[in-house]
Amino acid sequence: MNAISQNPLPTAASLPVGDAPPGIVVKDLALRYGRQTIFENLNLEIRSGEFIALLGASGVGKSSLLKIIAGLATPSAGSVIGSDGKPLAGRIAYMGQQDLLYPWLNVRQNVTLGARLRGEKTDDAWADHLLEQVGLAGRDTLLPSALSGGMRQRAAIARTLYERRPIVLMDEPFSALDALTRAKVQDLAAELLTKCTALLITHDPLEACRLGRHLIVLAGHPATLGEPITLDGLPPRAPDNPQVLQSQGRLLRMLTELHQ
Amino acid sequence: MSRLRNGIRPLIIFIGLLLIWYAVTLTGIPNYLLPTPATVAEALWKGRDYLGYHFLVTLSEIAMGLCCGLLLGMILALTMMFSPRLQQWLMPVLIISQAIPVFALAPLLVLWLGFGVASKVVMATLIIFFPVTASFFDGLRRTEPGWLELAKTMNAGGLAELRHVRLMAALPSFGSGLRVAAAVAPIGAIIGEWVGSSSGLGYVMLNANARVQTEVCFAALFLLALMAIVLVQLVDLSVRKLLYWVPDSSQTR
Repeated sequence: MNAISQNPLPTAASLPVGDAPPGIVVKDLALRYGRQTIFENLNLEIRSGEFIALLGASGVGKSSLLKIIAGLATPSAGSVIGSDGKPLAGRIAYMGQQDLLYPWLNVRQNVTLGARLRGEKTDDAWADHLLEQVGLAGRDTLLPSALSGGMRQRAAIARTLYERRPIVLMDEPFSALDALTRAKVQDLAAELLTKCTALLITHDPLEACRLGRHLIVLAGHPATLGEPITLDGLPPRAPDNPQVLQSQGRLLRMLTELHQ
Repeated sequence: MSRLRNGIRPLIIFIGLLLIWYAVTLTGIPNYLLPTPATVAEALWKGRDYLGYHFLVTLSEIAMGLCCGLLLGMILALTMMFSPRLQQWLMPVLIISQAIPVFALAPLLVLWLGFGVASKVVMATLIIFFPVTASFFDGLRRTEPGWLELAKTMNAGGLAELRHVRLMAALPSFGSGLRVAAAVAPIGAIIGEWVGSSSGLGYVMLNANARVQTEVCFAALFLLALMAIVLVQLVDLSVRKLLYWVPDSSQTR
């Protein structure tokens, strides 16, 4: 377990793409279910290489927004494109609330799942490197059922990175972990995702403050995006970093006020 | 230790049943009503060629019925998954096919397909395909949405999604259907043989019954039970092998 935090920062070989990753431009997005409007005229621009944390109460539409960006759901109106003007399809990696490891595949097969599904040859050297990075080297032949929650989530991170996608979307990926494991996996994710454009949904203000460059709150019916809170310094920030503590308090207050 | 106990348990059950049986025959029941274990063993040995031949006939009927039933069940389940409209038309037909007892169909099938193997295979197929279709279709429909979404973000094609996600995810349900199918498979063949046939264990039993050769009837019954148990065990073993990733909580206890 300790090996993770001692791992060196990702080398050039682990970077998803050579060029700057595209940003995300969300324009006039609307989502309605029947007569219920989840959100309307939603505009959001995520710049290239930035790490955004999106917070909000459950049921406010965070996951729906993420699924629309990932191309898994269709909006009622509006569009999502890359900041380079091209569509995002094929450039996004997605991490859901559960690790979604396929139970019949072992760790290595799960990490290389994308290649398997596209009928490509697996890149074993790349998989080895990633397994090493997430501290699962030597466990690659285990089935997911033999892994602890933290190990499963790390395998899911390796699977996400294996795709070499410049944009990574995460939907509360660490919420099921205990506090200590969560902190370790957060460190790992922050280190490995530095060169990606990332959008993280979370309901944990501490997680948002440790990982995010900008923090945005989605609240209300229909939901609107609040003013972003910007944090300096490279993530992962220490949990006792004064800035983290202060923003965390501010966020929590904002969320409780919005909830009333 | 527990493995050893599991191996011995069937033997203990078998000997226990034999003892109870033997005890009952001691009460003076005439041999034509309840033969003793010894007379049945003798009948088994004396009629080994005759019984062996009919055993193989029934076994081949069941095996063919199992293959056809599995194939039909899988094809129907896949068809219904791919075409919801076809499913709306097929489902009532499937339910009707199960609502009519095979007993009622047996004479007709023998009339149409003759006294040979075909009518028995069809009957076994009719009994077997339904649990397979129902469970496999259920499994195909209930694929964890997250797994499918993940496959979609990884640009999986339709065929890859079916092969690597849906089929694999449906295997546990398919396994349950397979177990049920193996357990009910002999029924179809035996009913078919009762209604009209010139070979098979069902024919032997009917024939022996008519001639009050009760011990031959018991011998055939014994062989049939043996076949059923071995079949169920074999299927159970292969299902376990097939589902290597499914935790078996009954094993860890």
